[in-house]
Amino acid sequence: MSIALPAAPAPAPRRQVLIATVLASAAGSMVMAGLLATWLKFRAAAPTRPSSDGLVIIKDWMPKSVVIPEVVTNLTLFAFVILCVMAQWAVYSAKRAQSTHRSLAIGTTFLMGLAALNSQIAVWNQMKLELAKSAYNTMFYTVTGAMVVFIAVGLAFSAVAFFRSVGGRDDDKQVVTSHALYWYFCTAAYVAMWFVVYVQK
Amino acid sequence: MTTIDAHVGASTQAKGTSPSFVAAIGNWVTSSDHKKIGKIFIGCSLLFALSPSILGALFGFERMTPGSTGIVGAGAVTQLVSLYHFDLVFGVLAPLFIGLAIAVVPMQVGARSIAFPRLAQYSLWAWLFGSALVAASLIANGGPGGGSSNMVDLYFLGLGLTIVGLVAASISIATTVLTARAPGMALDYVPPFTWAALVGSIATIVSLPVALSTIIYVYVDHTHAALALGGKGIETTLSWAFSQPQTFVFVVMALGVLAEIAPITARVRQPLRPIVLTGIALITTAVLGAVTQSQHLVDFSGSNAVKTFVPFIVFNGLPLLGVLITVAVSMLSLKEGKPAVNGQFALAVLGALMILVGVAGNFLQNVKATNLSGTVFAEAVTVYLVYGGLLAAMGAIAHWAPKLWGRTLPTQKLLGLAALGVIGTIAAAFPLYIAGFSDQPANALGSFTYDGPIALWNALSGIGHALIALVVIAFIGLLIDAVRNGAQATDDPWNGHTLEWAIPSPAPVNNFAELAQVGSPEPVLDAKPASQEASA
Repeated sequence: MSIALPAAPAPAPRRQVLIATVLASAAGSMVMAGLLATWLKFRAAAPTRPSSDGLVIIKDWMPKSVVIPEVVTNLTLFAFVILCVMAQWAVYSAKRAQSTHRSLAIGTTFLMGLAALNSQIAVWNQMKLELAKSAYNTMFYTVTGAMVVFIAVGLAFSAVAFFRSVGGRDDDKQVVTSHALYWYFCTAAYVAMWFVVYVQK
Repeated sequence: MTTIDAHVGASTQAKGTSPSFVAAIGNWVTSSDHKKIGKIFIGCSLLFALSPSILGALFGFERMTPGSTGIVGAGAVTQLVSLYHFDLVFGVLAPLFIGLAIAVVPMQVGARSIAFPRLAQYSLWAWLFGSALVAASLIANGGPGGGSSNMVDLYFLGLGLTIVGLVAASISIATTVLTARAPGMALDYVPPFTWAALVGSIATIVSLPVALSTIIYVYVDHTHAALALGGKGIETTLSWAFSQPQTFVFVVMALGVLAEIAPITARVRQPLRPIVLTGIALITTAVLGAVTQSQHLVDFSGSNAVKTFVPFIVFNGLPLLGVLITVAVSMLSLKEGKPAVNGQFALAVLGALMILVGVAGNFLQNVKATNLSGTVFAEAVTVYLVYGGLLAAMGAIAHWAPKLWGRTLPTQKLLGLAALGVIGTIAAAFPLYIAGFSDQPANALGSFTYDGPIALWNALSGIGHALIALVVIAFIGLLIDAVRNGAQATDDPWNGHTLEWAIPSPAPVNNFAELAQVGSPEPVLDAKPASQEASA
């Protein structure tokens, strides 16, 4: 150095992957928040009309023919809850250097993520909505499609964490923690989407 | 002693060998050295700055006779206005400061590399290709109101790519500040520019993804027409991303530049330093107004005075307060010390003052009684912010040129550019402030009229934009000349306070050969003899 400064001791371990995951999850949360806010805005602005008997005001938002398969959407919610438990099990195992448990937990997390992805596709198949037929249909596919992208990224994260785990990276606590954190974000995003799109409709 | 990071993928060449042209290009294109990435960001943003200034000049002269057919054909107005706004915000303001942060922040925090250098590299190319796609699509009849469907799709792709690039860069910058600081450098010890980069990056991370979600919707609507947003859908749903208060998120680093340079110019430690950091952070409260995507007008006339005043003061008042605090306390250091005014300080302070005028204008614009909403006044606010930011960024480039290029820029010429730049900014924006009070509509080049010297205000604005184009060209020329023919800068030419001034000029690939212990916000000043610090 040109100017002599006091020498420093070894720096504390840094958690760059974890911090970056927090920031990326914040960005992802804002994407989902933006999508849901626009959904609510369009729903609020949907035209209304009186029913044929004049007693009820009908909001022309969700087409009458649309039936949401609530069993599948609720099961997906449970899949996410289990997924979080599995991801946290992986963190617990990583902190105690239990490599078999860690790999098993990450592998199970991956499978649960795959189940969530599968159930979302099942929802699409059961609802059989035509993309361009109405504003509701278009927005439905946009919001749920974004969720599928988030899940796909999570699956890729799980795959990387799994292969690093079975590859013997016993000091990989940060990646495992970041992996769990990402799935918590996905769960929060799904819960918000589930409430707005599937419950409130 | 230890080092704190192994530089990832740094492209280095053996000493004494001269690479071929192709190898040199390859070296720059694939380099993960944060200084090279930052310099490409800065260089491209400066070149981009020519586009809005030339377009602004064209608009000014076009608006002189709004009733007649002019240079710009009626069919091209929407595309050109969109290109103008895109270039101002996403071509110049945001990437210029992000580039500066990528280049400077790791050196300021004592890191050998930026966090996730490949992500930073990706962000550069995503932004650059995205911006090029947006420009190409708008020129080829795409974008808002565009007639070519494929080009409209290309516009969405380009805009999305640009936003993803800026968010990726922000993640890289924020992670660097949060995790790669030298031992002992608590978060309240970080230099003001680094602090501004941190809060600005976080604000970008939480605000721009909302624009991305809007792009997804508008793209789907354009493809399937189910949301019935129509040809104006892009403008009505995305215009918030190109205007206030979103632009405040990007100018926060300009205020950080002033807070960084002022105490060095005054040769004192920054007085009331925590207040400066608070002021900078307050500016980013603008993110609340940005993500809610609505104009928070205060209406004193009706019964809603209190109801409208609270969101108005939160969304418009807090950023103004932040700018006022930052400028005022930074200026306080001049009173405490013995300032020797130089080019970079002049550029930074004049740029910050222009930003202050812009933020104050935004405050005024949101008072309903002024009837300024929808007028050209809002365009003038953006011009004040962007050109103010541009001047401050030029000051920052001159300030850190010794570390980035190993050269100093001539002070007298910088002072001349600062004077010309501030005249250009005022000429480009202030007449539009006045024209706004006469109800000249925003984003319109013709078909309007009002009682007043229409030709004068708009001609002045056009001349102002042309002056800024000249200032940008002159600055680029000055920088190239200094890099090619300038004298080698010393390691610490400004008697700096922070860690980057403790390493050679230009900074080596990995910045720090050894790691330093930090015990105050001004570690390098601490290590110097007391005589180098002006007494209060």
